[in-house]
Amino acid sequence: MEKTATLARELNIREMTLHMGPSHPAMHGTIRMFLELDGETVVSSDVEIGYLHRGFEKTCENRTYHQAIIYTDRLNYVSPLINNFGYAMAVEKLFGVDVPERCKYIRVIMSEICRITDHLTNVGASAMELGAITAFLYMIKAREMLWKLIEEVAGGRGVTPSYVRIGGVKDDLPEGFQGRTLEAFKVTREVLQEIHGLLTKNRIFVDRTKGVGAITADEAMSYGFTGPCLRSTGVAYDVRKAQPYMVYDKMNFEVPVGTNGDNYDRYLVRMEEIQQSMRICEQALFSMPPGPIKIDDPRITFPSKKDVYGKMESLINHFKLFMNGHGIMPPKGEVYQAVEGANGELGFYVISDGSGRPYRLRCRPPCFMIMSGVSRLVNGGMVADIVPTFGSVNMIGGECDR
Amino acid sequence: MAIESALGESVVLTRTDKVLGWARKYSLFLYPFVTACCGMEYMATAASHYDIDRFGAGLPRFSPRQADVLFVVGTISHKQAPILKRVWEQMCEPKWVVAFGGCTCSGGPYDNYATVQGIDTIVPVDVYIPGCPPRPETVLDGIMKLQEKIQNQKQEL
Amino acid sequence: MEESLTLKKLRERFPASIIDTHSFRGDDTAVVKRVDVVDICRFLKESPDLSYNFLMDLTAVDYLQMNNPPKTERFEVVYHLYSIKYNHRVRIKAPLTEADPTIDSLTPLWAVANWLERECWDMFGIRFDGHPDLKRILLYEQFEGHPLRKDYPLTGRQPLIGPKN
Repeated sequence: MEKTATLARELNIREMTLHMGPSHPAMHGTIRMFLELDGETVVSSDVEIGYLHRGFEKTCENRTYHQAIIYTDRLNYVSPLINNFGYAMAVEKLFGVDVPERCKYIRVIMSEICRITDHLTNVGASAMELGAITAFLYMIKAREMLWKLIEEVAGGRGVTPSYVRIGGVKDDLPEGFQGRTLEAFKVTREVLQEIHGLLTKNRIFVDRTKGVGAITADEAMSYGFTGPCLRSTGVAYDVRKAQPYMVYDKMNFEVPVGTNGDNYDRYLVRMEEIQQSMRICEQALFSMPPGPIKIDDPRITFPSKKDVYGKMESLINHFKLFMNGHGIMPPKGEVYQAVEGANGELGFYVISDGSGRPYRLRCRPPCFMIMSGVSRLVNGGMVADIVPTFGSVNMIGGECDR
Repeated sequence: MAIESALGESVVLTRTDKVLGWARKYSLFLYPFVTACCGMEYMATAASHYDIDRFGAGLPRFSPRQADVLFVVGTISHKQAPILKRVWEQMCEPKWVVAFGGCTCSGGPYDNYATVQGIDTIVPVDVYIPGCPPRPETVLDGIMKLQEKIQNQKQEL
Repeated sequence: MEESLTLKKLRERFPASIIDTHSFRGDDTAVVKRVDVVDICRFLKESPDLSYNFLMDLTAVDYLQMNNPPKTERFEVVYHLYSIKYNHRVRIKAPLTEADPTIDSLTPLWAVANWLERECWDMFGIRFDGHPDLKRILLYEQFEGHPLRKDYPLTGRQPLIGPKN
């Protein structure tokens, strides 16, 4: 011990401070990390976020309930429809109304497709950061197929579809959607098979991820982890199971859990969740009832475009809903609505003062809580392990910083 | 004309500007300054489906010193602005800047306290690609516009 | 409607500090005095038949422009707790005055409170006593004011470089 200390003095070894980011190749989503290094070991670290703070909450407070939808798209932009639905459900909860059965099925299907794209992107990107660019290209291939489905339904590609309307959805699913979805899932399954072959038992991948960035269940809960990051520690908490919303209670699916809470388990949990999501989608596609896709209430939902151009009453209604001082006006009150986002529990806390604009719109971003624990995940590890750890927690800037 | 016909196809005559422009426009090294949602479309453009490689712009360089084109992909907040400026300053001439997406062009939907209202208030921009986010086809069109611009400009040596 | 177990327990245990309770749309809410927030949260977390082990969310609300009805205290800090074991949620709200927007920190109970409270300070200027490192998180140190306060203008830009608009 003494010898080492003398050696350290003679060689002038001291701790080094390193700034990682904010513009770093592996940081998709910008953060800055202040690292204290002893050789290659991270002694302590501090994470700074906020580089993508776009004033989501303040902006929404100055927009109408309908206008806020497009901002929710851009929270978690890899699975925007889940944010859409979460927000719409919060406002519907304020109204105390329930959307029609078919609308719920459509929402479930679209949420799950988005969850698949999110996990595909995350696994692909974090594999790419470890050098497995093939996995990334394969996964983007599958994602492109799924985005095409979203485009058919919503009109926008997978990033900003804005498909939801308060009290329903924009349009019904197009004809032949079922067949094309099943086809896309076939490709996705093939891709997953290939990725399993490429990564799951790949020596390099396993060595770089197993045991790296591990956290225990208790600590994870203290840091407010939810979603795949919590489930990888063995806690089977999933909002879809715990407090079923939409029609998840009618769906047959499993909540995959890990044991070690490390990067490898997070990878496995995500891979399994993609399979489960496809399972939910297929069940929903086959059991979907016919019927209306939005509430029939002129105070909440917009008349269809066809009626606006063809009927006087609908035109007046349309104007009233879009005019300043009118619009969608939920009753006074406050609600919190949670949905299972791709990264964990995504909550919307809305306060209404009875006017056409949300008095306060707060989003509980799952990433933010996970990012608060990243410092704990990387401390004690190697510098090179920061990148896979950061990749596997799937930080999405738009959601973390809002 | 007479000389060209005498030499046949063995020699091609051109101007230095033109040949340099031709070389430069097909070997674009991008620096993707990815901050937000547009990054997803950038990924989609770069991956095999749309294949940005066809335009000679397939290889991203993550060091500003090795890059020709600064792709500003996504919203720039006021916190981020000094970093963007610094990255731009570190790039060697000749360099170009592409504003990718509505937020970089004009602030997009975010007219609020946190967001820079268009990156051209901070760095000079050569090509604007509008859209929120732009579709990959629009991105490729933007790259072609940039190539045209590079071809036609005066080439600094 | 019958009061939920959590609210009943809270009333029994802290009769003096509960200002009001309600369950709008099924969301149990207790408005409490700010001095007791840490005790109440500790009770909710550690009491075996409640065991709220998750601090799901922590935020604040500025009631400056609320006139339906107007509030006497300007701020309210809002906590959302969740229990995995019993699968129930509760919302705790603590009103704060404009003159002294200070409340005790929850960092000893939950690690995540650290960042959430920093965000709250950043956005609303609410101080958390006992917080280890209360500084801005989403915005930058040079920023003046707290943007989510209702009297802060939406386009109150404070650029570090470049023009204001």
